[in-house]
Amino acid sequence: MSRRHPSSPENGLAPAATPDAAPLLPQRRTVLKALGASAATGAGLTAGAGTLAGLSGHVQAQSAEPIRIGFQVHRTGIGAAYGRWYDRTTTAAVARINAMGGIGGRPVEIVAEDDGTDPKRGAEVIEKFVRRHECDVAFGTLFSHVVIGSAPRAGELKLPYFVVSEGHHVASGMLNRYTLQPGITDVRSQVQAMAPWVAGNLGKKVTMLYADFAFGHDHRDYFSEAVAAQGGEVIAKIAIPPTETAFTKYFPKIPRDTEVIYHVMVGPSVLTFVKEMGEFFGPSAPPIFGFIDSLEAVDIASPGLAFLEGTYFWEGYPRYAQPGVNAFDAAYREAVGVDDNGASVTDGNDVSTYAHMFGCWETLNIIKAGMEAADYRGPADRAKLIEAVEAMEDMPHSLDHPQGAKRFNGRTHQTFGHQHISKVADGRLELVHTTSIEDTLYPDEVDYTTRSF
Amino acid sequence: MEFGPHLVLALLEGSITAAVLALTAAGLALVFGILRVVNVAHGEFFMLGAVLAWFVSTTLADTFGAGPAVGFVAALIIAPLATALVAILADRLVLRRIGYDPERTIVATIGLLYVLQQATLMSFGPEARPVEAPFNTRIALPWPERVNGEWVLGYPWGFGTTSYKLFVIGAAVVVLIGLWLLLRHTTLGLIMRATEQDRDMARAFGIPVTRVYALVFGLGAALAALGAVLVVPIQQAHYLMGGDPLLLSFIVVIIGGLGSVGGTVVAAVLIGLTDGVVSVFFSATLAKIIATLLVAMVLVFRPQGLFGRALSR
Repeated sequence: MSRRHPSSPENGLAPAATPDAAPLLPQRRTVLKALGASAATGAGLTAGAGTLAGLSGHVQAQSAEPIRIGFQVHRTGIGAAYGRWYDRTTTAAVARINAMGGIGGRPVEIVAEDDGTDPKRGAEVIEKFVRRHECDVAFGTLFSHVVIGSAPRAGELKLPYFVVSEGHHVASGMLNRYTLQPGITDVRSQVQAMAPWVAGNLGKKVTMLYADFAFGHDHRDYFSEAVAAQGGEVIAKIAIPPTETAFTKYFPKIPRDTEVIYHVMVGPSVLTFVKEMGEFFGPSAPPIFGFIDSLEAVDIASPGLAFLEGTYFWEGYPRYAQPGVNAFDAAYREAVGVDDNGASVTDGNDVSTYAHMFGCWETLNIIKAGMEAADYRGPADRAKLIEAVEAMEDMPHSLDHPQGAKRFNGRTHQTFGHQHISKVADGRLELVHTTSIEDTLYPDEVDYTTRSF
Repeated sequence: MEFGPHLVLALLEGSITAAVLALTAAGLALVFGILRVVNVAHGEFFMLGAVLAWFVSTTLADTFGAGPAVGFVAALIIAPLATALVAILADRLVLRRIGYDPERTIVATIGLLYVLQQATLMSFGPEARPVEAPFNTRIALPWPERVNGEWVLGYPWGFGTTSYKLFVIGAAVVVLIGLWLLLRHTTLGLIMRATEQDRDMARAFGIPVTRVYALVFGLGAALAALGAVLVVPIQQAHYLMGGDPLLLSFIVVIIGGLGSVGGTVVAAVLIGLTDGVVSVFFSATLAKIIATLLVAMVLVFRPQGLFGRALSR
């Protein structure tokens, strides 16, 4: 080597571990050889496996090829509590569908991916469902900002996207023809049905405390409209970030002449929110109407929540089993593993998100019905699947739809159903009012069927 | 709410923030002052304290039927000690190996942050879990009101605090006084201050500097964990709760003066109260903006912080 080695003693630097550079070349060559060998082996193995799979694919009947449903689940992030229960409900629903023979004789396979309750990750997950997992449809997203972030990509990739979100964004026309919400009702229909009861029974001057993102904005906008139609008024609108952990600072903004407190919060700290609200009011709380979202996955008998006694909650699906009310509730609870108090049968402290998770069960049954009606064979039939679901209208109360009968609007891609109001009595929730489906209807804002695929 | 009670409420909320922040930031200031390294994983030690507090109180409640008071006291002792052990382990395995080099420590502690956070996610889970306070009664606060031309003490609507929140403030003060006593009036404190002033001279005097480093790193983590145990009955334990305390602790340590524990406490009170008042009257985001602006001002006009020594090089 003509060049002096950079670390030779002559220039004062400490000698390197290898006295001269020559041994590096064989080492590099060995490494490259090893890499090449492993790549070849890897390629060979996968090729071999692929061939084997291909062979076995030919040997078995084509109908045994599973239907792959991409499940976009909130495993981490602010939606994690919901994600856990959406996961369990989905697993139970798929087990039931497969026990009944699958969809058109084909078994259902769930491919779950965590979106971290993050819109950007949501779009990446949709991409993965199409490119990596070759899913037939995507389903299961709850948090509205993730839906809004993911739906455009689903539309671009022409992937049917069945969301279980409650956000009004599907029916508002903001999204696309590939996005549907046939298994759960939306905020606009919920608050519209609640406003007459609240204004008539609790008070007309309302202060709203809501989560500061799309879902909460739907509450703010549509409840204000609905209560004004009842002669009421929202006198204060207090927006709270879903990531907030300390809530006392928001309560002094509540005006003294508030007749009704209306609260709907989401995120990991909802228990803190409700507890600090109780600490703020002490014994002089006004009537309170909350959405059970503020307490999903939280035990209503938790310390600090005694002040909720006598207050009211909207419940999508009553958490505590109401005897004699719902013929299919017991079978549904057993399948999903929830007891009569709405908690896990294996851990009484693990309270479920009962008012939302039924949406997964019902949506999967709708996907099944849609695929069978469209005679779905593969991704080429995705448009036919959507058309088949758009043609659906009345879904009767059954074990496929345990929450209650539904009326699906194929033009707006949104379903409508019964809404419930419960009262907190003796540390439990007791159903006091159920609306009709008509109470919840509003005029169409969009007709997705006029849009092309 | 009227302005008077509103301001008092804001100051109370700010005091709780200041109390917990003072403990957490004091830990960070100690580590920086004596080890001269930036520990980016400091917020995760805070989070560990809260998570371990939940673990201790839940285990005691489930296995022994212990009440919340017993569980809390046990958590108050066990969680900081356990967190200190984790920190000492990190010091042994990581910091000592890289020789406490400043840049390398930043990178290494970022890695430590992710390890601790994700390990907690994998074991504790992604939900927030509550810890019951040992005692918690609402205290309605009085305010002078003018009724029929006379000044009387009324109880304005919503104007109150809880006994536990007052306890947090008191406990933080006690612990900080204890820390001050430790640093000023004990041999251990003397050794720590000597190591901070001049590492090589201390070594010449026979002080086992690497052992002092491990101890200080553990003490810093324990202080953060203690702050978390105090605040966890008010908030809940969550695997991401270390982010905010980390940011605020850095702001406070920079403003107070890198290496000055007393300055850090003063800065914590300043930032905590400002944060409380601004977030009650305006928004939490504005409070953070103001705190960050304050840091920028300090870095421009007085880089050594309000109470720090001017850097010689």
